[in-house]
Amino acid sequence: MALTPILTAHWDDPKSFEIESYKKHGGYVALKNSLKLTPDEVIGIVKDSGLRGRGGAGFPTGMKWSFVPQNDGKPHYLVVNADESEPGACKDIPLMLANPHALVEGIAIASYAIRANHAFIYIRGEVPHVIRRVMNAVEQAYAEGLLGKNIQGSGFNLEVVVHAGAGAYICGEETALLDSLEGRRGQPRLKPPFPAVAGLYASPTVVNNAETLASVPSIILNGADWFKSMGTEKSPGFKLFAVSGHVNRPGIFEAALGTTMSELLDYAGGMRKGSKLKFWIPGGSSVPMLTPDHIDIPMTYEDLAAAGTMLGTGTPMMFDHTTSVVKAVTRWLEFYKHESCGKCTPCREGTYWITGVLEKFEHGKGKEEELEVINDVCGQIAGRSFCALGDAAATPFPGAMKYFADEFREATRTSADASFPPSATTIFDKAGV
Amino acid sequence: MSVKAITEEDIKTLETLAAKYPERRSALLPMLHYVQSIQGMVSPAGIQVCAKVLDLTPAEVAAVATFYTMYKRFPMGKHHIGVCVNTLCALLGGDDLWKELTDTLGIGHDETTADGLFTLERIECQAACTVAPVMTVNWEFMDSMNPTLLRDLIDKLKIGAPVQSTRGVQITSISDSQRVLAGINDGKYQESPLADDSMLAGLRVAKERKMSAPAGKGAK
Repeated sequence: MALTPILTAHWDDPKSFEIESYKKHGGYVALKNSLKLTPDEVIGIVKDSGLRGRGGAGFPTGMKWSFVPQNDGKPHYLVVNADESEPGACKDIPLMLANPHALVEGIAIASYAIRANHAFIYIRGEVPHVIRRVMNAVEQAYAEGLLGKNIQGSGFNLEVVVHAGAGAYICGEETALLDSLEGRRGQPRLKPPFPAVAGLYASPTVVNNAETLASVPSIILNGADWFKSMGTEKSPGFKLFAVSGHVNRPGIFEAALGTTMSELLDYAGGMRKGSKLKFWIPGGSSVPMLTPDHIDIPMTYEDLAAAGTMLGTGTPMMFDHTTSVVKAVTRWLEFYKHESCGKCTPCREGTYWITGVLEKFEHGKGKEEELEVINDVCGQIAGRSFCALGDAAATPFPGAMKYFADEFREATRTSADASFPPSATTIFDKAGV
Repeated sequence: MSVKAITEEDIKTLETLAAKYPERRSALLPMLHYVQSIQGMVSPAGIQVCAKVLDLTPAEVAAVATFYTMYKRFPMGKHHIGVCVNTLCALLGGDDLWKELTDTLGIGHDETTADGLFTLERIECQAACTVAPVMTVNWEFMDSMNPTLLRDLIDKLKIGAPVQSTRGVQITSISDSQRVLAGINDGKYQESPLADDSMLAGLRVAKERKMSAPAGKGAK
């Protein structure tokens, strides 16, 4: 598999975020083409393409769109999930910074397909630089008649509102996001009903990840077969992979699905000098970790599932031999504890207790039998909460125990910092600081 | 520290925010960002004003304001400084940066310096892992930080010298950033530096190795 710059193809254009630059490279032609088709035909193309959600769950996008009931007399809504907050995930934020018009065009096409006249872009609050770029892109699109009333003379109307969150990882969960967008605490809803039936303001709503929607214009423009010529049968198309950690050239690599981690690692310049890969996480801290033995697995939904993990957000974090697994897992659990919304008891209490016990291990004071306690508590959280945050919190520890149980046992005697001196794990140039 | 009052003019702005949504309550998060941009915090008075504009009870607004980490119930200093201490940033150097920063300023998490210049926060993943360890000043990113850059940053902010975010605008104040979050466009979208090495990493390799997406029938 190879690199396939599509969304990233013009990021080296100093004006890549401006509408003139986007149009110069074929931007908004897909929207004009879509408006000449029926909404169902647009859904058909996206269904045929096999595009799957890029936010982590991988649900088929066209199918999600087709779940919205038709002629029900209710307003329909499109909500963009741009609340990228998963530890390790860092692809929607640069995408919206460098190429916000791909998202805006994707929104217009998707809204037309699901018969929505109102779309909301929910962007996490901590990124004013991205919010400016997206607000500007929306304003430019309005000014050129690509949003607003009677778009391109088609009779289709669309209002788009850019909305900032306020610092809550849970709002990346689609029903919590909807509550938040309604001006409430961002806490998840019980499903069913699913958003396609009762979402925003209890009306039919599609919630799509930002990268998913930004991928739509190229599919409309080039066809489903073109999209399927990349990737695998079950994971067609291209994706933004963001490789971070102890590598020489961390960054965004847009490649066909099915590209292996070893290929991505090669593009990223390999592990830093004198360092060996110890463990890696394919798509955010909520998916189980893997080891160097797994780097030749194709990065697809199905192959990573077969390896006991998930593609998730497709943003691998690479950690080298200097890294303490105990410390890494403890820090992730501190995150889930902080971000648990408190609605469901297993998640709220479980993350608190796991973190407390893990912190003992981090300081070399864990007891061997407590490893079983943590495992039990993970089992009490997983599947017993409204949303996936609980399941996610119950993932890093069992995932780490599968490959690094000895390191946790050593942490009954030796602190993480003694076993793995933090100064070796940092990437500072020692001479310069 | 005295907290600025919310004026009639501000209430008009809050009304405009509420009018952007099919259901007015949807504007509550942006409205709280706006209130915080005026007051440096979400004060009880700010909660009352939002409740009045949206016809909610103050308790309903307070329940929302206390849920989200970005809303503060204490007055922030001029600059809000965040250090990402989630796993990847922390291990790559964020823990050292946090120690350096708290030692230098003599304050900890959610605390403000006596001169009212800095408020510190341990922050979670900022979706900037490819440029770890990352810090934020007024939520504008400071990518690929190290202790030397940190000392330089604090020195400059102390004397009011210009500081350019690596992805966002020239640093002004937390108030100005928070207005953007309220949905008020400050028109500074061109101030961000061009795409950096991490954003262009894949494109450069593709060009070097002559890799490209399959040709499509559509416009390029």
